[in-house]
Amino acid sequence: MTTTAVETPLLAVRDLRVDFAGPHGPVPAVRGVDLTLRRGETLGIVGESGSGKSVTALSVLGLLPATARVSGSVRLDGRELVGLPGRDLAAIRGRRIAMVFQDPLSAFTPVYRIGDQIAEAVRVHQRVDKPTARRRAAELLDLVGIPAPDRALDSFPHEFSGGMRQRAMIAMAVANQPDILLADEPTTALDVTIQAQVLDVLRTAQRETGAALVLVSHDLGVIAGTADRVAVMYAGRVVETAGVDALFEAPRHPYTLGLIGALPRLDGRGGALVPIPGTPAPMAELPPGCPFAARCPLAEERCSTAEPALGGDGGHQAACVRSAELAERRPAPSEVYPVPELPDAPAAGPADHSSRAPVLAVSGLGKTFPLLKGTVFKRRVGEVYAVDGVDLDLREGETLGLVGESGSGKSTTLFELLRLGAPETGRIELLGHDTARLTRAEAQRLRAQLQIVFQDPMASLDPRLPIGDIIAEPLRAQRAPREEIARRVPELLRQVGLDPDHAARYPHQFSGGQRQRVSIARALAVRPKLLVLDEPVSALDVSIQAGVLNLLQSLKAELGLSYLFVSHDLSVIRHLADRVSVMYLGRTVEQGEVSAVFDRPRHPYTRALLSAVPLPDPAAERARDRILLAGDPPSPTERRTGCPFRTRCPLYARLTEAADRARCEQERPALDGDRADADHRAACHHPEDSSD
Amino acid sequence: MLRYLAKRLSYYAALLIAAVFLAYAISAGALQPRTYFDAKLPRPSAESVERQLTALNLNDHTPVVERFGHWAGGLLHGDLGRTIHDTPVTDDFGRRVWVSLRLLLLGSLLGTVLGVVAGAWSAVRQYRLSDRLLTVASFVLLSTPVFLVALFLKNGAIAAKDAAGHEVIPFTGYETPGLTGGIGAHLADWALHLLLPTISLALGGLATYSRYQRGIMLDVLGSDYLRTAEAKGLTRRRALLKHGLRTAVIPMSTMFAYSFLGIFTGAIFTETIFGWHGMGEWLIQSINEQDVNSVVAINLFTAVVVLASGFLADTLHAALDPRVRS
Amino acid sequence: MTVVTAGSTTPAPAPAGRPRATGRGRLVLARLLAARGAVVGAVLILLLFALAFGGPYLTPWDYATPDFTALHQPPSAAHWFGTNGVGQDVFAQTVRGLQKSLIIGLLVALFSTVLASLVGACAGYFGGWADRALMFLVDLMLVFPSFLIITVVSPRLRSSGWIAFVLLLALFNWMITARVVRSMTISLREREFVRAARFMGVRPLRIISRHILPNVASFLIVDATIAVGGAVMSETALSYFGFGVRPPDVSLGTLLAAGTSEAPVFPWMFYFAAALLVLFVLAVNLIGDGLRDALDPTAGGAPRRFRRFRRSGSATRSSRSTPSSSSHSSRSSRPQRRRP
Repeated sequence: MTTTAVETPLLAVRDLRVDFAGPHGPVPAVRGVDLTLRRGETLGIVGESGSGKSVTALSVLGLLPATARVSGSVRLDGRELVGLPGRDLAAIRGRRIAMVFQDPLSAFTPVYRIGDQIAEAVRVHQRVDKPTARRRAAELLDLVGIPAPDRALDSFPHEFSGGMRQRAMIAMAVANQPDILLADEPTTALDVTIQAQVLDVLRTAQRETGAALVLVSHDLGVIAGTADRVAVMYAGRVVETAGVDALFEAPRHPYTLGLIGALPRLDGRGGALVPIPGTPAPMAELPPGCPFAARCPLAEERCSTAEPALGGDGGHQAACVRSAELAERRPAPSEVYPVPELPDAPAAGPADHSSRAPVLAVSGLGKTFPLLKGTVFKRRVGEVYAVDGVDLDLREGETLGLVGESGSGKSTTLFELLRLGAPETGRIELLGHDTARLTRAEAQRLRAQLQIVFQDPMASLDPRLPIGDIIAEPLRAQRAPREEIARRVPELLRQVGLDPDHAARYPHQFSGGQRQRVSIARALAVRPKLLVLDEPVSALDVSIQAGVLNLLQSLKAELGLSYLFVSHDLSVIRHLADRVSVMYLGRTVEQGEVSAVFDRPRHPYTRALLSAVPLPDPAAERARDRILLAGDPPSPTERRTGCPFRTRCPLYARLTEAADRARCEQERPALDGDRADADHRAACHHPEDSSD
Repeated sequence: MLRYLAKRLSYYAALLIAAVFLAYAISAGALQPRTYFDAKLPRPSAESVERQLTALNLNDHTPVVERFGHWAGGLLHGDLGRTIHDTPVTDDFGRRVWVSLRLLLLGSLLGTVLGVVAGAWSAVRQYRLSDRLLTVASFVLLSTPVFLVALFLKNGAIAAKDAAGHEVIPFTGYETPGLTGGIGAHLADWALHLLLPTISLALGGLATYSRYQRGIMLDVLGSDYLRTAEAKGLTRRRALLKHGLRTAVIPMSTMFAYSFLGIFTGAIFTETIFGWHGMGEWLIQSINEQDVNSVVAINLFTAVVVLASGFLADTLHAALDPRVRS
Repeated sequence: MTVVTAGSTTPAPAPAGRPRATGRGRLVLARLLAARGAVVGAVLILLLFALAFGGPYLTPWDYATPDFTALHQPPSAAHWFGTNGVGQDVFAQTVRGLQKSLIIGLLVALFSTVLASLVGACAGYFGGWADRALMFLVDLMLVFPSFLIITVVSPRLRSSGWIAFVLLLALFNWMITARVVRSMTISLREREFVRAARFMGVRPLRIISRHILPNVASFLIVDATIAVGGAVMSETALSYFGFGVRPPDVSLGTLLAAGTSEAPVFPWMFYFAAALLVLFVLAVNLIGDGLRDALDPTAGGAPRRFRRFRRSGSATRSSRSTPSSSSHSSRSSRPQRRRP
């Protein structure tokens, strides 16, 4: 398709401003955004939380709450949408512009069937009778790849998995062949393999309908793999916009540069990340001048006086006074941003691994939950095999990454470890103690050696306690003397990079990254040997995440800690871990040294998982072969014979020999240990050892 | 779903048995029928009192458990025992229960429906004048005990009668004694008598429900699925009616289970104040007469109705919300 | 150049733009003062308390002593609220009755809230059989009409005076609150900060006292406030029927009972007490409502819908594996207390 300069854009947003009513007057959320969307193209809007990207998307359709004040212009094919009466807007919504929301569970009305909700979308805009609308709904469900669409029509939203719901959401959005699809963080709540499926469906839907796509995301990788053009938002404004290749190759705004540098990557490793210092500018009281100036290493005098406008040549624009310089010099992120020196950790090689002292050894761990039915008189109707054969081996000074999607049993494994009791099946050995044989007093002492940092720094800190008391809690639980507590707390705060004078403040007075630092300080209080990190950075924005990851790395080296690092984010694991253990459906399916597992994955699940992770590099993204896994993980309530991954396994599907297939169907694969490389083990009957 | 309801039913049966036994034990322990006979004039002989108490299954020399066993045995045959006047409790019960139910059903139904409507409307018009007026009105109503509402209404009716010289709205009893005329005249008479007691009962429910429904509806108004409905192209009004209200009434069904007791307690007052010979009036009277069997019968009645409304609420909840069915 | 380096060793700057070191109490107070209803309620309560406890010193009349020269007199300079059939001063009586009703209301709310929080927190935290037994008890007590039991039992407690009556009211007033506390505890128990405490080896009772109860405190405060109003209404209703406070004690309920039959002819005997009762309960409810908004931990002081939106907007990635912690704002988690 050729585009000429005079063509009216499909969607033109000009000087869009949105204010919300706040306690002390209006608070801006969007401050003058210009966007242009052409027919059939994909525009990515990327930004961190609070940057105004979602508000921008919602205001296009006039879906903001009543407290929002919108000004500026949004033109669809030249027709002004801002200020259009509700009835006229309703005729456009769903028909010309359709929306896919972030959380598909809450986005469907819980009491109506999926089929009825999609059929309703059809009937709002098309004069068809109910049976026709229902048939159309089934076709749409088929289009987005939902198996047995006729049956799926009669399901309620809560009966669908997250990925299925998001597919249904897309089906509903394309029901009327819209010209524009607005997708607001459509894959944020999903696992990577499901994310890959949904992004694929989104592309299919776009191809089938020829719609233009606006993809709002915080994930640079998702944007890199999907968008044609990208707009980067910061503090309610577009700070840079360009074609996707140009943007990732040669960013012209320091913020974009920092974002790219802060991201841990699947295809690189080690060293310090580039954190963007400080915290996002408070929208309620923006300083004069460039809102990024306070965090910008390139800031000059003039940056704090006037806010730069978006400028540059037609295709690539940036709102920075030094963008020309950046365009010319093309520095790497680490050349612009100060990168902290990380103390050298003792190198951990595979030969080294076996000679180190064991910290945690888990073998054959299993845990079932009774599956209960009934509200008052509960009865057992089955078992949930939450953990069904987990092996872990963590040595002193190492970081073991535990990877798996939701429902893989990661959390259950952690809680079994932290309980310090006898496991249902299998054996847990912590610092040489078999947890099944611990007395209460021993367990209480051992607790000091094992501490945890949780995912959500807001949820893991009691909002009613000052952070000083929060940090002191494990010390008190270990009955530490008062003087020691008084001495330790400021010391710990300093250690994690917080001001000791802030000990009397409450958690809500800190930003997300700072709260996570408090959480880490609390875990370090009793000088543990092993720190369990349960998704410690996944609730944080990329620019903040980098700082916390750097902190973790330097603490480990300083204090000689061992980490059990649980994450769904393979890039973070690759960056931080020495060894990795991959879980699927409650079982360890592959383990070994990080570089071995990531570069030469042996289990087909690991391969699929790795291929599903989007890379923040458009060229590499396009060049990649993707292994899409079919469907959702099966329910852990059935314990099938044979390999549990069989139902989704691309390798199994390709097997031709009956004997090979039978083996997968009948024999449960165990981690192999009899190869030359005994360190890198996979639980597969047909591991891919031949390099490709 | 049937299994779910059967479960609830068996739980309620257990509750009912425990509740009835406790009610019996407390009533039999706290009330003193002996004093009723002792206070009679002329004073009956000691043996005669003893004999009458035993005959009525009220003798406090018999262990409570034994008396309860006797009473429960009768209950299995539909016998609620005898009143302190030696008449069958079932007679009083049968006469009064319809009087009360008429008032209770109408009052709670009206209160619920109007409350839900008012609350939902108030939420949609949040911070506008109509919302503010409704809020103020419901706060004032919530702060006025039912017996005061009833008394205000009654005093108003009395004042109207004094001003007009004849009774404008009836304020005593549930029918005009000795009324002649066809079924139509009787129905009209009933309806007129129902007016004030029903209003005083319904107003309380209306205030409570409207506040509660307003809160739920405000949550629904900010919900993602309402936004989805609008994003599909439904007008705000249709989205609100079809997706918003439908979901917002679900929590109300659970609320219904709790509400009955309050309404019954309110009815005790309204009945007494408006001179209805219903269960409420009976309760006050039986307590004053130390009539254990009647008090227990009323307890049984309320327990059954509370549990029945609880069961109805569960059924309604299951019918309204597919998530509890599975 | 304003380059800030936030390495692992330099202290990170405090978040700008947030109120620095504001105590929670001051924040709540500021929000409370911004709510007009709550301010009106607080002023009303103060006035009523002043009237109840200062009133007896303003009038020369004693609530019990009759003035035989003035029977059934309408309000006048001598008898501000008029007199009753035996010549007692209605103002003195009303003030005295208000005093008693207030004390009863406060005590009942206090006792029932303490009981409810203990039962609810234990049932919710320990779960299992303790939970099932306690919840059966709650259900059982909800099936009884409390009014019925109180009326049956109260004649036997006549000799113990109004304190026994307070305990009786409290005993039948905690169940719904306990249920709410229980369900809040259950969701708190799964919250990460409680888990963290458990994994650190903090003992259960300490977790309940240090983490659970402070986090349901705002609900309890609101609930107790509204319970004061409910208790006063129960008291007056029961006393009205002769099952509560009894002569020689007076409460608003006994005054209303005495004034009812003569209300159409001698309105001052009825309407002063009735108005004070409604005003008091109204004031308490207004404060409760204001507190509920002010204590809402999710509130930033902005209007409600705005808050919701911002929250859902910024919760981007944390939704992954956090179980949706149910809303702790008590707004819709419980009905207003039913009154008899």
